[in-house]
Amino acid sequence: MYAIARQRILGQSFQKMRPAVSVLRSYSSAAKQITVRDALNSALDEEMSADPKVFLMGEEVGEYQGAYKITKGLLEKYGPERVLDTPITEAGFTGIGVGAAYYGLKPVVEFMTFNFSMQAIDHIINSAAKSNYMSAGQISVPIVFRGPNGAAAGVGAQHSQCYASWYASCPGLKVLSPYNSEDARGLLKAAIRDPDPVVFLENELLYGESFPVSDEVLDSSFCIPIGKAKIEREGKDVTITAFSKMVGYALKAAEILEKDGIYAEVINLRSIRPLDRSTINTSVRKTNRLVTVEEGFPQHGVGAEICASVVEESFAYLDAPVERIAGADVPMPYAANLERMAVPQIEDIVRAAKRACYRSVPLAAAA
Amino acid sequence: MAFCSKNSRNIIKNLKSKAGLSRLIKQSSDSRYGSCLNKTNPCRIIPLTTLPQLGNPDSYSHKKGLSFCFQRLQSTTSEQQFASLPNGEQNQELDFPGGKVVFSPEMRFLSESPCVYNQCYRVLDDNGQLICNSNFVEVSEEIAVKMYSSMATLQILDTIFYEAQRQGRISFYLTTIGEEAINIASAAALTSDDIVFPQYREPGVLLWRGFTLQEFANQCFGNKADYGKGRQMPIHYGSNKHNYFTVSSTIATQIPHAVGAAYSLKMDKKDACAVTYFGDGGTSEGDFHAALNFAAVTESPVIFICRNNGWAISTPTSDQFRSDGIAVRGQAYGVRSIRVDGNDALAMYSAVHAAREMAINEHRPILIEAVTYRIGHHSTSDDSTKYRPADEIEWWRMARDPVTRFRNWIETNGWWGSEAESQLRSSIRNQLLQAIQIAERAEKPPVNDLFTDVYDNIPSNLREQEKLLRETMNRHPEDYPADVPF
Repeated sequence: MYAIARQRILGQSFQKMRPAVSVLRSYSSAAKQITVRDALNSALDEEMSADPKVFLMGEEVGEYQGAYKITKGLLEKYGPERVLDTPITEAGFTGIGVGAAYYGLKPVVEFMTFNFSMQAIDHIINSAAKSNYMSAGQISVPIVFRGPNGAAAGVGAQHSQCYASWYASCPGLKVLSPYNSEDARGLLKAAIRDPDPVVFLENELLYGESFPVSDEVLDSSFCIPIGKAKIEREGKDVTITAFSKMVGYALKAAEILEKDGIYAEVINLRSIRPLDRSTINTSVRKTNRLVTVEEGFPQHGVGAEICASVVEESFAYLDAPVERIAGADVPMPYAANLERMAVPQIEDIVRAAKRACYRSVPLAAAA
Repeated sequence: MAFCSKNSRNIIKNLKSKAGLSRLIKQSSDSRYGSCLNKTNPCRIIPLTTLPQLGNPDSYSHKKGLSFCFQRLQSTTSEQQFASLPNGEQNQELDFPGGKVVFSPEMRFLSESPCVYNQCYRVLDDNGQLICNSNFVEVSEEIAVKMYSSMATLQILDTIFYEAQRQGRISFYLTTIGEEAINIASAAALTSDDIVFPQYREPGVLLWRGFTLQEFANQCFGNKADYGKGRQMPIHYGSNKHNYFTVSSTIATQIPHAVGAAYSLKMDKKDACAVTYFGDGGTSEGDFHAALNFAAVTESPVIFICRNNGWAISTPTSDQFRSDGIAVRGQAYGVRSIRVDGNDALAMYSAVHAAREMAINEHRPILIEAVTYRIGHHSTSDDSTKYRPADEIEWWRMARDPVTRFRNWIETNGWWGSEAESQLRSSIRNQLLQAIQIAERAEKPPVNDLFTDVYDNIPSNLREQEKLLRETMNRHPEDYPADVPF
């Protein structure tokens, strides 16, 4: 049943996807396009080639080439000792991955979706995240947990939850969420090289999307620093923060807002923990308005933390209450029409930005 | 087979040959082929002519294709008592994914319990005398005396620290009383390269490897010299240099960790294995099952040692599981297993020694069920007389003490005497009391130990918080404990 749903998702996602957003980039060379899937695959390939301690583990990662084909070709290239097809036991293989990391290997554990990571969450939090602290630095856990996170298309409540805020609340973990191919490559490489446990939240609907990448990104030593957000689009009227798929929506919302004379600054968080509070606050001090966007549930979400951070550090600079856009506070429904209403859409972001701006209308926009 | 006379030293030496090992294992596992006719008839082995290799576990390799055999439990109403395999078309086999399966027209369920319980390997009798026809791995005088001294040290350490908790000097303690043989004998059979993943009732392994009494005391008092930097409750020892992973309170999570580490050792082609300990209660956790299954599939060199001490806090094993103990579960997962008398130090030593060789040379997991009794309370937060009779505890303490039993054996060999005994006991006691005094008076860990090791490098938000904390402590020193150094 899940296989049928998966086929449907792939079909639907091709329809849903629009051509890649072209954004002014700071690199002068451009033109080559790669999908997020290929970006992740190449990152894994290069890191496995560079360091023999890196190995992959997960359900269907080997013979099946990966449930979403992210690990395609790797079993053939590196052999069954370094690409392990596991029995169906998230708790089991997560514990085993952590044990291997204790010993000194660098496992990359794949969850078919992060919803299934709940069956292994004790090992992620109690065995991985806290170990360095509890052992007083004697046990480090250089492990990466990766997989698709958040809503897909038509997969229902138990396959659609976003875990960014759950994992990001835990000290000892690092939590990353890439948006485009450059993010996917750079952040995954950084995650594998990092000595701390990293939760790497991908997005299934982005796997097939293509983005332009420069030669620098394609170089095997390319790496993005963990803990730095990226300003995808500069603006002066309102700050919009987003991560993963919502970055694409925020950018489209920014284009729509520009027609109304509102210039939005779009921040791609990239790193949920550690959160780049300084970039966010600097931006808010410039624009004086903030809209946070996420697909996950609203209560105790990423937006809540960003809002608290801005209120604590930049309260005097806010000209309007912070707007939070999040998924509906319901388990994800299955029917397509209901599902569409349960996740943020571009129009929601546009409306929120306008609300934030109309609290105190700048003279320029009134013209 | 082996020969022996009562006080003989002509005992089979190291069980290095596979043939020897398979004989040893066969001896204790023949009963699994028995089938129960009815309660009054003795069990007999039904010859299974199509599946000869099951008699020798060494050739039981999945690469040859699995063959299944079904134990036959015949009801008392059944006419046929001595069935041989049906012939002709009823003797068909078919290839299913996973192996050949022999069909049978008779509907027979595998029994939920065997009529003969899984045998228990023991070498010394209750009085510490060698049993005839026993196979074991010989132990030198030096090792045997070290084993005994360590067992006695562990006993004294436990008693004194328990008292210290009762006096309010440490917050918590957990004893190993009754399980000293499991701790020390297993540790003695391993090498220092083998990585140990303990539960929490195995400080003896650390003691054997050279953790000093002072180091134990430092951890319990959470002072500056504690390797754990004061972050954990007492008895949560851990030491990288002794290859002993930090004790974690969660039950059975260490079992899959051990499998992962064993897999890594195999990939690195090291002459070492991973060893993990857990209790009877821990085998109910999902992690136990996933780990055993995984270890068998990945052919990892890991030794699982279950301390079946009869109790999980107040839960007796009859409420914990209904299988015939733990060793049979290993078999169900495709893991070679043995049940051993956990209070027989010599048997434990031999079993772990053999297990280690098999694990490393054959790349396989081994499960050892060590049957014992938890003489102490679960911990200082428990009073076990509330759920079990006090005289049962006393009986095990007096009549079944593993330390006394081993002492009898080494005294019989002329390696120990009462003078050595009193010297050891008083010396250890004095050392311990001194170690406690020193640990108690030592400084506590400094303030910055609150913030380090969350990540590899301290992040900026924690550096800020430390700065704020120090400023606050400077401004209001009276609000903070006096023994926290800056």
